[in-house]
Amino acid sequence: MKKGTLKQILLITDGCSNRGENPSAVAALAFEQGITVNVIGIMEDNQRESDGGLREVEDIALSGGGVSQLVYQQVLSQTVQAVTKQAMTQTLQGVVNQELKQILGPNQSLEDLPPEQRGEVMEVVEDLGETCDLEVLVLVDTSASMNDKLPTVQEALFDLSVSLNARIGRNRFSIFAFPGRKSNINKILDWSPRLDSIASVFPKLTSGGITPTGPALKEAMYQFGKKSLLRSFRNEHESDVEEA
Amino acid sequence: MNMNQTSKKLELSLQPGTSIIGKWHKNNYRITRRLGYGAIGAVYLCNFNGKQAALKISTSGSSITMEVNVLKTLQKVQGNGSLGPSLLDVDDWQHPGGTRCSFYVMEYVNGKDLGGFIQSHGDEWLGILMMQLLGDLQKLHQAGWVFGDLKTENLLVASSPPRIRWIDVGGTTQIGRSIKEYTEFYDRGYWKMGTRKAEPSYDLFALAMVMLQIYYPARFDKGNHPEKMLMTKLSATPQLKKYYTPIKKALYGTYTSSEQMRRDIASLIMQHSPKAQKPTRIGQRKAAAVKPQHSFMESIVILVTAVVFYLFHMVFI
Ligand SMILES: Nc1ncnc2c1ncn2[C@@H]1O[C@H](COP(=O)(O)OP(=O)(O)OP(=O)(O)O)[C@@H](O)[C@H]1O
Repeated sequence: MKKGTLKQILLITDGCSNRGENPSAVAALAFEQGITVNVIGIMEDNQRESDGGLREVEDIALSGGGVSQLVYQQVLSQTVQAVTKQAMTQTLQGVVNQELKQILGPNQSLEDLPPEQRGEVMEVVEDLGETCDLEVLVLVDTSASMNDKLPTVQEALFDLSVSLNARIGRNRFSIFAFPGRKSNINKILDWSPRLDSIASVFPKLTSGGITPTGPALKEAMYQFGKKSLLRSFRNEHESDVEEA
Repeated sequence: MNMNQTSKKLELSLQPGTSIIGKWHKNNYRITRRLGYGAIGAVYLCNFNGKQAALKISTSGSSITMEVNVLKTLQKVQGNGSLGPSLLDVDDWQHPGGTRCSFYVMEYVNGKDLGGFIQSHGDEWLGILMMQLLGDLQKLHQAGWVFGDLKTENLLVASSPPRIRWIDVGGTTQIGRSIKEYTEFYDRGYWKMGTRKAEPSYDLFALAMVMLQIYYPARFDKGNHPEKMLMTKLSATPQLKKYYTPIKKALYGTYTSSEQMRRDIASLIMQHSPKAQKPTRIGQRKAAAVKPQHSFMESIVILVTAVVFYLFHMVFI
């Protein structure tokens, strides 16, 4: 299998979008473009998962082909790296599953194989996860209510880069904040191999209660290069079909 | 932590008496009780043909498969030792609710948690158990693997003779790769004391934290000066005074192999004069009851401890 670059958007937010396009629809579009959308929803100490206020978090990740998780800020660091890694495995597993269907027929997936053979397939998935190149665009909600959470977010992002830079494959990270002052998103850190070089990434927050998650996601999509693993993979098979 | 891959977040709760019949191998396991649960699923004590076994079940087939891969590899290096619970079966099961689950069955390690063991048997056991653990780690590292998620919760002490065992190989990673799974308190990356690359020193840092954790059951945060915090806590623990140097070396990543640390701890135990310490009654009883076991070194250590306690007994009572 060809090695490619995995592309992920990691959205960190604490509330619901209230402006512009539906973020789930935008996430679905991103996924079509070969970009996975993962979402972490930060809860207030008195908030519960069952509250439903952050229901949107799950919906966005579902349509973005990614992973979602609601957390309290205290455990943000471990969550950010776990979500990112899990999403990588999930995406690669999807790709490998597609390959399997090519080899074994359309109704075969990993779960249909006897446990003995599943092991070998998972080894391939793990190898890919360790060696593939990865691009993560972190999209941070900096609306007023996030104010006191930003130091924790920064710490978590630093921690994410410690985790991912222990991999064999290469990484590129970038950080954007929304809502931006003039545009939908504000570039905070351009694509770079580490996140630990920046002392203080988040600027003073001025924004009010607007949370335009959809438009921000859409803008984030355009920040990636053209080639992507998922997409090149899809195209590859489309052309296979045409040839046949 | 519970990750939502899909919208359905299934709480796998199996009642005692439930029969789990594997889809592929058709073995029948009867659930006795739940042993614990964690990131990927739950572990149950079960009964198979009159024997006890531990069954780990999860809706995430891939996680189960990855752990099974590790257990299989460990089995190969195992030889006569015991690197992790032995693997007995792998299969799928259809939950009556319709969800597809994967599970594996392993040896049931009947043991006590490390903290509890030290509390009831005495601090003098810490060094010996750590030597056992370092011996296992040495074998694991030589086979090209790092344990990864080494923490007090993943260690059990089986009794008569006392032997430390690890469970949960979910974090076990090939050397040179990125650590698959870790817990912040035991992770040198969290403490800003090193990378998350799988190398022997990663496990040794975690082992040092295990030793600290026994005397700080509630753990502690890293604060603004992680390194200073570690040293302060280490210095403030009288029970660890004896092991100060090896623990410090492990925290700073000075050791390149488990064997080096094991040797250091061994010589500290050997030279340590027990006159400074009052043995507890339990300590005496257990130490005298222990049968020599495993490596020659351990036998010597246990023998010396037993003799010393015996002499104490003669002199003071
Ligand atoms: N072989 C075994 N024998 C006895 N007890 C076991 C065994 N395996 C697991 N357990 C018990 O089950 C608990 C949970 O198991 P385990 O740690 O493997 O789950 P997990 O889902 O991987 O959790 P986490 O990764 O969060 O630690 C353990 O803490 C232990 O008490």
